[in-house]
Amino acid sequence: MTVPISAYLALSALLFVLGITGVLLRRNALVVFMSIELMLNAVNLTFVAFARQLLAIEGQLAVFFVVLVAAVEVVVGLAIIIAIFRARDTVDIDDVDLLRG
Amino acid sequence: MTPPAIDLRSIIPELVIAATAMATMVGGLFLPAGRQHPLRWLAALGTVVALGTTLAAGSSSSPAFAGMYVRDTLTRVLQATALVAVLLAQWLSGDYVERMRLDIGEYHALVLVAALGAMLMAASSDLIMLFLGLETLSIPLYVLAAFARTDPRSQEAGLKYFLLGAFGTAFFLYGIALLFGATGSTGFQALAEQAHAPKTFFRAGVALLTIGLAFKAAVVPFHFWAPDVYEGAPLPTTAYMSVIAKVGAFAAFVRVYMVALAALAAQWSTALAAISVLTMIVGNVAALRQTSIKRLLAYSSIAHAGFILTGVVAGSPAGASAVAFYLLAYTFMTLGAFGVVLMLHRRGEEADRIADLTGLAWRAPALGGAMTLFMVSLAGLPPTAGFLAKFYVFTAALDAGQTGVAVFGVLTSVVSAYYYLRVAYTMFTGQPSEDVGFAGGRWVTAALVAASAGVLVLGIFPSRVTAFVQQVGQVLR
Repeated sequence: MTVPISAYLALSALLFVLGITGVLLRRNALVVFMSIELMLNAVNLTFVAFARQLLAIEGQLAVFFVVLVAAVEVVVGLAIIIAIFRARDTVDIDDVDLLRG
Repeated sequence: MTPPAIDLRSIIPELVIAATAMATMVGGLFLPAGRQHPLRWLAALGTVVALGTTLAAGSSSSPAFAGMYVRDTLTRVLQATALVAVLLAQWLSGDYVERMRLDIGEYHALVLVAALGAMLMAASSDLIMLFLGLETLSIPLYVLAAFARTDPRSQEAGLKYFLLGAFGTAFFLYGIALLFGATGSTGFQALAEQAHAPKTFFRAGVALLTIGLAFKAAVVPFHFWAPDVYEGAPLPTTAYMSVIAKVGAFAAFVRVYMVALAALAAQWSTALAAISVLTMIVGNVAALRQTSIKRLLAYSSIAHAGFILTGVVAGSPAGASAVAFYLLAYTFMTLGAFGVVLMLHRRGEEADRIADLTGLAWRAPALGGAMTLFMVSLAGLPPTAGFLAKFYVFTAALDAGQTGVAVFGVLTSVVSAYYYLRVAYTMFTGQPSEDVGFAGGRWVTAALVAASAGVLVLGIFPSRVTAFVQQVGQVLR
């Protein structure tokens, strides 16, 4: 039994929407960041599903670049979050509010 | 299967910038603090060499590196603009970075890497390349925003920029994934072919890509991060990112919409026209009640993104040339305005309130005159670069039948004159504050002279520059 591509696409769309919900609703900077990672991995799932369907190698190639860039973002993001935690003992984004528009 | 041709000669400017960035970073590790001054010269030298090679390099419309990279006339013009921005930003920021005891080697290396990202975006002919360029541009800017890492405001700016930037990247990537599903390729060539008969996935992909780019270019309704980030980031970083991020984002707009999706113009031009009008209104109206010069210039940069977008909406070769001209004019006038603020300090802090400029024109006539020039140019009044830049984008929009966008553009420009000229007015009236002192240096002065000259030359003798930017139109034909 093969799983149709629509199932993969639906799952990745669901993961992406869950990620958006997490970014918009959660207040802990680390959890927000994890939600963004969830969105990126939803994208990866879409890429590999299409790559399998279309037998095009570019989709798998794209996943490597996404993983690479996500790793770089982790480095930079965690460094910024740690700097904030050291200064204020919190990473709640509601408490990080010196700048108001 | 033959391996793709690797023509390293076509990426010499990028190689120069990458090598300079690495040399500057490594140099910063080995030179003792206080003797890192040569790194500024090294960074500036690398930028000048890259600018020279960009201008000297030939152009070819056929992509290199397996269809990933193209060095055509659009690449040349936008890369030259990016490198001019880098050069001015280096001159502006050097003294500040030394005064505030920030890490000189790392600072200049990050500035150069961000420039590399913008250059790659301008040269991309594949969505994956565009994505890598975008991230090479964005990630150093996150670090630069948080660069004064013990300053809580800078930390907060870094965090906000990082979280919202990464959020925008996710949309951008999902758009690429759907476009890949619809076309079976990530190349712009395949995109152009499929644009004639778009599938549902294709349309959804373009929509998500637009959201991602809108985040990066800070256009309404995805602009809300910009004022906070611009206000919190160290002043030279704010100056630099307000320019380089725009160059990169609009390079992507031109590449994706005007070149690859030209066949779909009737559909995206309506959407982009709406975004453009909203951006001009929100940016200009919100700027009216700002008291911080950094926030004022943040909303100003949002408003200008709307003006530049009218050139994209036009969808014509004239529109693309107008976008390129606008980016160059915007570089000179925005970096110039930030440069004047960088020459002042309030008890060692940044003099970032508009009130700090009170009476400046009488204390330092040259500085006041330069700031007035930049404000007049940002407001779009003749005889400055800002006037011609607006003239070109609005004419392109009118010629393309986008009358509504052009009308809103002119109306909001009138609104913008109020807050820009209020800054100029502040400088000519009132008693200067005792707290505000001068923190200039040779480099900042040189940058200010260059920016003023740029604003005036582009405004009064634009013929050579317009001939240069008009090459861009060839890419669209």
